[in-house]
Amino acid sequence: MTTEAVGAIRSRQSGIWGLTPRAAVALGLLVAALLALPSVAGDFLISLMVVILMAAYLGQAWNVMMGFAGLLSLGHALYFGLGAYTASALFVHWGLPPWLGMAAGAAVAAAAGALIGTLSFRFGVKGVYFALLTISFAEFTRILFDHFDWVGGSGGLFLPVTNRADNDLLYLRGSSTMFYYVLVAMTLGALALCHALLRRRVGFYWQAIREDPDAAAALGIDVFRYRMAAIAVSSAMTAVGGAVFAFYYNNLYPETTFAMHRSIEMILAPIVGGLGTLFGPILGAFLLHILGEGLTVATEGLGVDGIKLWFYGVALLVIVALRPAGIWPWLRRRLGLEARP
Amino acid sequence: MTDDTRTMRPTGPSRRDLGRWTLAAGGFALAASSPLRFARAADPVKVGVLLPRSGHLALIGQACQRGADISVPILADLGYAVELMNADTESSPDVGRTQAEKLIREGAHVLMGCFDSATTAAVAQVAEQRGVPFVVNIAADPKITEQGYRYVFRNFPTSAMLGMGGLSLLNDLFQATGATPKTAVLMHVNDSFGQSMLGGINALAPKIGLPFEIVETIAYDPKARDLSVEVAKAKAAGADLHLVVTRLNDAILMVREMVKQRYEPMGIISPGSPGMYEKQFFKTLGKNADYCITNVAWFDPKQELNGVLQSAFEAAHPEETYELNVGFTFEAVLVAADAAKRAGSTDPQALTEALRATNLSNRVMLGGPISFDEKGQNLNIKSAAIQNRDGRPEVVLPAPNATMEPVFPMPGWGSRG
Amino acid sequence: MLSIYLNILVAGCLTGAVYGLMALGLSVIFGVLRVVNFAHGEMMVIGMFGAFLLHGAFGLDPMLSLPIVAGALFVAGYGLQRGLINRYVAMPDHIQFLLLLALGLVLTSSNLMLFGPDARGVPLDYAFDSFEVGPVLLDKVRVYAASGAVLLALALWAFFRFTHLGKAIRACADNQVGAQVIGLDVLKLYAVTFGIGAACVGAAGSLMVLLVDVHPYLAADYTLLAFIIVILGGLGSFWGALLGGVLVGLSEALSGFLIAPSLKSMFSFGLLILVLLLRPQGLMGARQ
Repeated sequence: MTTEAVGAIRSRQSGIWGLTPRAAVALGLLVAALLALPSVAGDFLISLMVVILMAAYLGQAWNVMMGFAGLLSLGHALYFGLGAYTASALFVHWGLPPWLGMAAGAAVAAAAGALIGTLSFRFGVKGVYFALLTISFAEFTRILFDHFDWVGGSGGLFLPVTNRADNDLLYLRGSSTMFYYVLVAMTLGALALCHALLRRRVGFYWQAIREDPDAAAALGIDVFRYRMAAIAVSSAMTAVGGAVFAFYYNNLYPETTFAMHRSIEMILAPIVGGLGTLFGPILGAFLLHILGEGLTVATEGLGVDGIKLWFYGVALLVIVALRPAGIWPWLRRRLGLEARP
Repeated sequence: MTDDTRTMRPTGPSRRDLGRWTLAAGGFALAASSPLRFARAADPVKVGVLLPRSGHLALIGQACQRGADISVPILADLGYAVELMNADTESSPDVGRTQAEKLIREGAHVLMGCFDSATTAAVAQVAEQRGVPFVVNIAADPKITEQGYRYVFRNFPTSAMLGMGGLSLLNDLFQATGATPKTAVLMHVNDSFGQSMLGGINALAPKIGLPFEIVETIAYDPKARDLSVEVAKAKAAGADLHLVVTRLNDAILMVREMVKQRYEPMGIISPGSPGMYEKQFFKTLGKNADYCITNVAWFDPKQELNGVLQSAFEAAHPEETYELNVGFTFEAVLVAADAAKRAGSTDPQALTEALRATNLSNRVMLGGPISFDEKGQNLNIKSAAIQNRDGRPEVVLPAPNATMEPVFPMPGWGSRG
Repeated sequence: MLSIYLNILVAGCLTGAVYGLMALGLSVIFGVLRVVNFAHGEMMVIGMFGAFLLHGAFGLDPMLSLPIVAGALFVAGYGLQRGLINRYVAMPDHIQFLLLLALGLVLTSSNLMLFGPDARGVPLDYAFDSFEVGPVLLDKVRVYAASGAVLLALALWAFFRFTHLGKAIRACADNQVGAQVIGLDVLKLYAVTFGIGAACVGAAGSLMVLLVDVHPYLAADYTLLAFIIVILGGLGSFWGALLGGVLVGLSEALSGFLIAPSLKSMFSFGLLILVLLLRPQGLMGARQ
């Protein structure tokens, strides 16, 4: 990549996280609000926030692969499930603390991602074909786990539930509030990680590869290596999310853990929020869940089953029609949150 | 995180004290202040109903909802005040969990649901953390009452109970009809329900002393689009009896394929799974739906309340079949209403204590009085043998509760009117 | 024993032919527009409901109502492409994906609200009949459905091969800019193509309703199935789609019989992964 190009990208990201001072203050306030929330919010709001933050975190993870490196994965449920099952199985069978299990799960998922990545790169599977390859691997694994007796097969894997007074952060046993803080930390951590990656060489290379892989290769970028890095980071992050999910829900079925609809839900937030942006996945997760909850409330009185998802689908259509590049890029321009080049 | 100790009930002395205090307070309220008690009893108990009314389980979720809806006027006649707060789980455990939290926030005193085991397990967690009682209408996974929950009550057989009841009725059936198969093939859906049923059957079969040997077990994908190969495989095994654990759509595919392939075993018997007693099964298969037998927890035709429910249901929904989804959902609302009436309060703790002390003999399903063991499981649920006759499910066994005599072996496909 | 294998293979082939027709619609659309129709299964379900309704209202056999259903879906597909999808043809894959996914969600929810969650079948006099050819039992419905599928595929092939419009569409698929240069109305051709794809899947729905009862949530599984088939055969390849359908039918039948029925879709996905890796253009696709 030429120095001018790097300079151009760097200048666009000048200021604190590429934001104006006003935006930095807004971000600070937002983080403070997130930290203070449990002292004012009720149980419902906290558990809704857990769902939203999980979606934001997973969206951020998926964004690394698609938004940064341009690899369209429609089978992220695979990494999610591998993380969830690895951490839970190690805990159930050998009592391993989830943080260790999580690391193991991340390693397993990264290995699976590396396998898929290597195969697809070696055999030149690209674009839509790559997306379908990821779906195939996820579905293949779902059925495989249906027959994997060590983790309960299709009968499901259950984590022992104990009623404890205290929150045990080491073993991830505790209240929704504890999980809320864990997820706030994960979401902010993922944000910081992505920000750091984007500002480093690897981030510039990813974007170069995303825009034009052939040109990037011509400039001497090792396309394979950097793509593999994106896959590994993305799948490992997703697996960590899956592990936390498993300890929050305490039961896993292949049918729902590796489900196609889980992969789809994971990609909605970043696309709606703004692909390839840092705040897109977070904004998207909030918007989509507020939309969903709002529609549930609004359509409850109608007594027509299925009408909520109809409106949800229409809302998605409207969003794609009006803001195909996502809402965050438009919003930050409107609110003057973007640093001037 | 100061409120964590409040939401997670500790197991230590403080919790016991709390319970004792609640009991004492309840007793005091009962004894000392009857005006207050009356005022509270008049308040209807708010039951948060969580059912999959959309999504891939919508068919059964809507059937359950009909059972819940029809319970309100019937229970009012019996002197219970119930108010339903309905929520759709969209057939997803994640949505079910959020909806449960929402119902609690909106003031539900007790939760009820959720038909499928995955969502039920997710909602049970919420109930446990919030200390709100949860009455399971339908969900067969044994794990739900074995994870150590104290706010979960299930008035539905576990898959082990279903298997036990279903298999022991087989012997009764052979005895009653004098026809005994020597071999059987077992065809089951490979999902969480099918797996736990299979486990139950394999564990219980030797204990019960079944006269036949299972010569082949065929598992199939719950999403199967086509069962021709599976049925061909079963036919090739050449067994006398065709044992099945199905869901609905696959049950239809299976029987249709059996007719096409002219596979005529002595009988098609399910030791406790849905599918063959449901409306759609009759409607799609017509006369070929007849003579299939399901050994499953069922209505007790001899119970008076059953007659009330059945006539009310058939008047309200002439198009629908009166089957167990309706019955167990009705009973779940009944159990909650009954607990609220006895507690004289809608306080979750008092409700939980009252639920634990449930002893209801005026019910609609077969079995003894409804009561819960220390795990929250009702063990007094009996299976009946239901045979499809002239497009209706009829009780054929046990004899005292039967409305018809069993027919076994079944007539061949070609020899039906 | 031999007769069992014969029966299974024949049934696999027959079901596969109908799968193939369904996948053909997807293949045609992708081959020309380069849009992956993630709402394909939903369209088929609409075709199935259409056949069900026509049978309920006029007692029409789905084989006879097929032209009506296919025609209606052609018009709907044409309108959809003109009014909505055309704006996204040049956009990145993930936006097309989200668009069609949202469309599918709207269609499925509409079906649930209109028809309810019940599985609906079309009761026919011959629904349970079968032909007996030597040791082989041929399911009558499957034979009809498969022959219908093969005939329609032939007709479609003739259309693309011999008619002016068909040739124009192929030209458009090969080189869009070139097509514009020589004065073809690409917008219209795209809409016609999408209409043909929709008509194909609608026709497949009319045939499929003979084999499977229709309910709103059938859609997602069939979308995925159509993908497997089309990629096996080669996206955009005509005979490839039919071949892929038959292959999937056969592989499911054999793995179900020889190994374990509950693993049979795993074999389809395994097959797909292998083909994607070893021959990403599909078995009958041309290498680009």
